[in-house]
Amino acid sequence: MLIKKPTDIQPSEITPEGVYFNRRQFMLGSAGLLLSGETLAALASKKSQLSTSDKPNSLKDITSYNNYYEFGTDKSEPAMYAGSLKTRPWNVVVDGEVGKPRSFGIEELLKQPLEERIYRLRCVEGWSMVIPWIGFPLASLLKQVAPNSRAKYVAFETLQRPAEMPGQRSRVLDWPYREGLRMDEAMHPLTILAVGLYNDVLPNQNGAPIRLVVPWKYGFKSIKSIVRIHLQEQMPATSWNMANAHEYGFYSNVNPEVDHPRWSQASERRIGEFLKRKTLPFNGYGDQVASLYRGMDLRKNF
Amino acid sequence: MTTLRMKNPAAARQPARFNWLKIAVFLLSLLPLARAAWIVLSGDAVNPVEFITRSTGTWTLSFLLITLAISPLRQLSGWGWPLRLRRMLGLYAFFYGCLHFTTYVWLDQFFDWPGMLHDIAKRPFITIGFAAMLLMTPLAITSTQGWMKRLKRNWGKLHRLVYPVALLGVLHYWWLVKKDLTQPMLYASVLAVLLGWRLVRRLRQRSS
Repeated sequence: MLIKKPTDIQPSEITPEGVYFNRRQFMLGSAGLLLSGETLAALASKKSQLSTSDKPNSLKDITSYNNYYEFGTDKSEPAMYAGSLKTRPWNVVVDGEVGKPRSFGIEELLKQPLEERIYRLRCVEGWSMVIPWIGFPLASLLKQVAPNSRAKYVAFETLQRPAEMPGQRSRVLDWPYREGLRMDEAMHPLTILAVGLYNDVLPNQNGAPIRLVVPWKYGFKSIKSIVRIHLQEQMPATSWNMANAHEYGFYSNVNPEVDHPRWSQASERRIGEFLKRKTLPFNGYGDQVASLYRGMDLRKNF
Repeated sequence: MTTLRMKNPAAARQPARFNWLKIAVFLLSLLPLARAAWIVLSGDAVNPVEFITRSTGTWTLSFLLITLAISPLRQLSGWGWPLRLRRMLGLYAFFYGCLHFTTYVWLDQFFDWPGMLHDIAKRPFITIGFAAMLLMTPLAITSTQGWMKRLKRNWGKLHRLVYPVALLGVLHYWWLVKKDLTQPMLYASVLAVLLGWRLVRRLRQRSS
């Protein structure tokens, strides 16, 4: 069996940037994203201190192994079916307990000062990847709508459009997909809205055109293709918690100490590696985020 | 089914003209393995260990169901030849089961024995998967002509273990799925039909 360890990968085996960009253009073109007036120039972004030094997974890994039930429950299905999703025009409504509720067009969101954030992503299923996201802090968007003192939680909603999202025609989850964060989690500098990866706009199967990335929580918290962000006083209902409250909590912080009822969370398989590695508390972001949960029983608030 | 075979052990020996069929089925049954190897070696599986685990697991179930379909097929069609393939198909179920188990022990857990014991004790879906594997082992060992003769009547009784093995196998799949039960339901429905057929037949025989 040919299972490569990272050290086995020769520099010569890594796809040259030119070839890689051509491929991306082809993929995006075939996905129907080539719109008049919109160029596919790479997204300009600044490097960030918050990026990990771990080696990112390949574009192929990141774009062909996805959990995105709106396009099917098999991990190969989003890459096969997400091409039908139209991501223009696209607006994100931000409202609720805010002084200045408003809608943001995707063009405006793409003009925010963008940063590259190379983050670890840990799936609740026991695998992980390293992904070079491009995005901006959620906090910078929320500040623009002036949250009031009753804004304790942030609720997010994915687009619901069964005609373009075939998975929504089956009732495997209660659509639209919903997620939520506590206000302090939402305002944390690590929490970003991603609009791209690997120097380009997000492929549809990764949550185009805009998605949440919360790197210290299990992947399903990082909701994709967002159309609504609602600030509220009550803890919002979240999709996986609604589907199975016994297995998926509101917080869902990566925690090797608290097993999923059906499998251990103590270790994970990093895609591309043969041996499993130990899962780190808060996915290795404990130094930055553990203080958010001081005094909380994380077994109870899993 | 099994009783017929024991009453007439000579029928279990296969005439030469059926060898081509056996060879064809033997080779055909290796195709899932070849396909999985091809996908992994060509680098098309992003998570190869998960892929191998799933593939070998579902093929174990498939071969169990195919094996269990032999008797109803013979009863419905009156053909004798499917029966001659049953042992091989059952052994293929065991073969893919062994690959599945080896994948878990080696590729997935990497011989982390305490970890696996913990899994078997604590995780119901692993407990029953392990139980199914254990129950399948004596069936594979006693699948030879020699053991059939040695065990006589008890051979048939012993080999009724294939029913709990199939039930545990399907349950093992059912319990591990995160949300979408479509696939396990498919296997469960086929198993329900195959076991239902036997039940109905038995009740009919009793009443007549």
